[in-house]
Amino acid sequence: MTPPRTASRTSRRAFLKNTGAVSAVALTIGFQWAGPARRAEAAETGGVFMPNAFVSIAPDGSVTVIAKHLEMGQGAYTGIATVLAEELDADWAQVRVESAPANAKLYANLAFGMQGTGGSSAMNNSWAQLREAGARARAMLLQAAAADWNVPVTELTTDKGVVRHASSGRQAGYGALATRAAALPVPEQVSLKDPKDFKLIGHRVPRVDVAAKSDGTARFTIDVAMPGMLVALLKRAPLFGATVRSFDATAAANVAGVVKVVQVPNGVAVVAKGFWAAKQGRDALIVDWDDTHAEKRSSAEIMTEYRHLAGQPAATARKVGAAGPAIKDAAHRIAASYEFPYLAHAPMEPLDAVVKLTADSCEIWTGDQFQTLDQANAAKAAGLDPAQVNIHTLYAGGSFGRRANVRSDYIVEAVSIARAFGADGTPIKLQWTREDDLHGGLYRPMYFHKLEAGLNAQKELIGWRHVIVGQSIMSGGPFEAMVKDGVDPTSVEGASTIAYDIPNIDVSLVTTRNPVPVLWWRVVGSSHTTFAVEAFIDEVAHAAGKDPFAFRRDLLAHEPRMKAVLELAADKAGWHDGPLPKGKGRGIAVAEAFNTLVAQVAEVSVDAAGKVTVDRVVCAVDCGIAINPDVIKAQMEGGIGFGLGAIRFGAITLDKGKVEQDNFNGYRVLRINEMPNVEVHIVPSAEVPTGVGEPGVAPVGPAVANAIFAATGQRIHLLPFPESVRNKA
Amino acid sequence: MTTTFLLNGASATLDADPTMPLLWALREVAGLTGTKFGCGMALCGACTVHIDGVALRSCVTPLSAVAGKNVTTIEGLQSRPAKAVQAAWVGLQVPQCGYCQSGQIMSATALLEKNTAPSDAEIDAAMSGNICRCGTYPRIRAAIHSAAQTLKG
Repeated sequence: MTPPRTASRTSRRAFLKNTGAVSAVALTIGFQWAGPARRAEAAETGGVFMPNAFVSIAPDGSVTVIAKHLEMGQGAYTGIATVLAEELDADWAQVRVESAPANAKLYANLAFGMQGTGGSSAMNNSWAQLREAGARARAMLLQAAAADWNVPVTELTTDKGVVRHASSGRQAGYGALATRAAALPVPEQVSLKDPKDFKLIGHRVPRVDVAAKSDGTARFTIDVAMPGMLVALLKRAPLFGATVRSFDATAAANVAGVVKVVQVPNGVAVVAKGFWAAKQGRDALIVDWDDTHAEKRSSAEIMTEYRHLAGQPAATARKVGAAGPAIKDAAHRIAASYEFPYLAHAPMEPLDAVVKLTADSCEIWTGDQFQTLDQANAAKAAGLDPAQVNIHTLYAGGSFGRRANVRSDYIVEAVSIARAFGADGTPIKLQWTREDDLHGGLYRPMYFHKLEAGLNAQKELIGWRHVIVGQSIMSGGPFEAMVKDGVDPTSVEGASTIAYDIPNIDVSLVTTRNPVPVLWWRVVGSSHTTFAVEAFIDEVAHAAGKDPFAFRRDLLAHEPRMKAVLELAADKAGWHDGPLPKGKGRGIAVAEAFNTLVAQVAEVSVDAAGKVTVDRVVCAVDCGIAINPDVIKAQMEGGIGFGLGAIRFGAITLDKGKVEQDNFNGYRVLRINEMPNVEVHIVPSAEVPTGVGEPGVAPVGPAVANAIFAATGQRIHLLPFPESVRNKA
Repeated sequence: MTTTFLLNGASATLDADPTMPLLWALREVAGLTGTKFGCGMALCGACTVHIDGVALRSCVTPLSAVAGKNVTTIEGLQSRPAKAVQAAWVGLQVPQCGYCQSGQIMSATALLEKNTAPSDAEIDAAMSGNICRCGTYPRIRAAIHSAAQTLKG
């Protein structure tokens, strides 16, 4: 029997569509723009052919694709350009990418109903839109050539930016046809390519950004420079929830290069002629903080509260049958709990934004991930209308979710500083330091997971109970409507959506509240739920006396795609080749995240001192049609490195409310000597593409934990892993 | 106060606080923004430059310390190993977000300028000071091996 998947598979899209607040924002911002022109533009744009909002072709034949999504490393620019260029039949060497302006009407993420990047949705939501945009442009170029040469359009072919008429031998580049094409009406209907004719999709297409990212010329927010620009550093409260009582700027103002010290809602900013002066000024600044309402507990105390709450009434996230009685009456009962720390995103580029504010305009340059909300929040902070806020989206030096937040924290800070400075048009760059980043909150929440399972006399899994305790990411903001019946789906996804065929399932949630701000972090809920589910199912398999791979496979008969990735990973990893030598172990885990399926097999070595080395990770992924196989591989490799760093070393901890980690010495991340060899295998598919930026992160933690068990007999219940894992045997 | 040194092969005189880290002098005074800020404490390697041919962290090197020295940044890479590294970076599609890659390339180049055939362990030892949050490490390793092959051939 297949348990119903309930709201489980409901994507972020459905939730966001039902979110009134977001729609209101989209309406405000979007509707002042004219709808897509019925006729392409050319005359006023120097012969440039702009058939739609996503592409323009210049007389020199260069093709500019307008990307509505942020490029933060995940390859969105390349994927977007590939899909459009495929249907356009463009010459890849002539394709370049520009970021779209903030315009929710033209550039909404169709999964969100507003402009923004996240949830591994870029390629999935743009797939049909970009194919049609490319196909329409191509159709108009064909029409232009047919009219020019007085031949039937059906006799024309295209390849690499050239239209050809075989029988007459005539040909013309897209650039030469641009002006003429621009005068034509945009066709209502276009036919799309048969996937077997794809020349770019599924092939090795180089990334559009790699050359500039290999010679230092790629431009990030931190690189923005303009005449008269000043740099601001903001002194923020040492405790979450504390506010400025008073400050003494005397010493700060005396630092050479400091121009002004201004108070803003988040603290006190030092605005100076350059980073170094601003930094020295901030070091000299004295602020008296009011911590009456601040969080003053330590993270250990918070976890103690969570452990207690796991036994208290909880909101139901998924219910099939009656798990409680089934487990109570089971022949064998298994129980375990898992504890997860706060995690910082720690992208390599510390947060930054450049703002140029005047009485009636606000220009923002940043690696913007949530343009529509950022535009609205910036407008509010500036005292302007959203239409007066213009956003220039630049490359982001990583994000992992950090730059997408409903408070637009760092952008609002930058705008607030520019306003307090006088809104006189002086460009001001707000620069965070690494310490600001690690102390700044918006962490992946801490969670406590408690699991119980029951096996019948035949050692079959008959009951599964899972309680999750932690803060809600969605509550209290514009996505509040996603929280239904006390359940924030981002707290439980991956657990409530458990794919295994179990007759009695009970997944529930206790939502906690405290002043520590939290946020989605790469792969969101599955960053902890997949660990709990996949580590615990391994314990259950062991209790049942079954092979961990076979136990999972037998519970996935009704989930063919998930079963297929599991089998592929196991096969490629040599799962069936017999056990590894003593001191080594293999572990497996599988996950679904954002409708992409990923399975991983990890191999570890544990030395006599208990030091763990992850030797190899074999990864199988099913993300529908593979738009760019090399980018998919890169995202799996990177996701594995990111997830591995977190489970091995990652933790933001509080001591009496104060964050204990200051920089990369305290907040350790994975380094090259800790990176395993990674092999990636992509499942061939004809399904619509789904995302790859996040899903690769989910299974690596439990795969490694399960491998450590295989090597040592020791289970991992507390994250991050202990320094050494003692052999139990 | 001014500091004079050789910057990417040409004499440069920068008028800045001599205690200012070289990183900010390069970025904000000399206008060379390829060298990046990641931690300010020599923990991440994003700010790596060559000073007299040695890969060093410019975020903790005061401007005064490079007076009379030879500083090379990503913008000034000219050596044969450097060109091989950059070509391998493109060929193997190493960068993702790209922010750390100037520092990675500077460290990889310094390694290959001393050791034309590094082992995995030597690569790890030379590169473990450079953090990449995107996890491009397997490709960095492969690209250094690929560049070493180019230099051999």
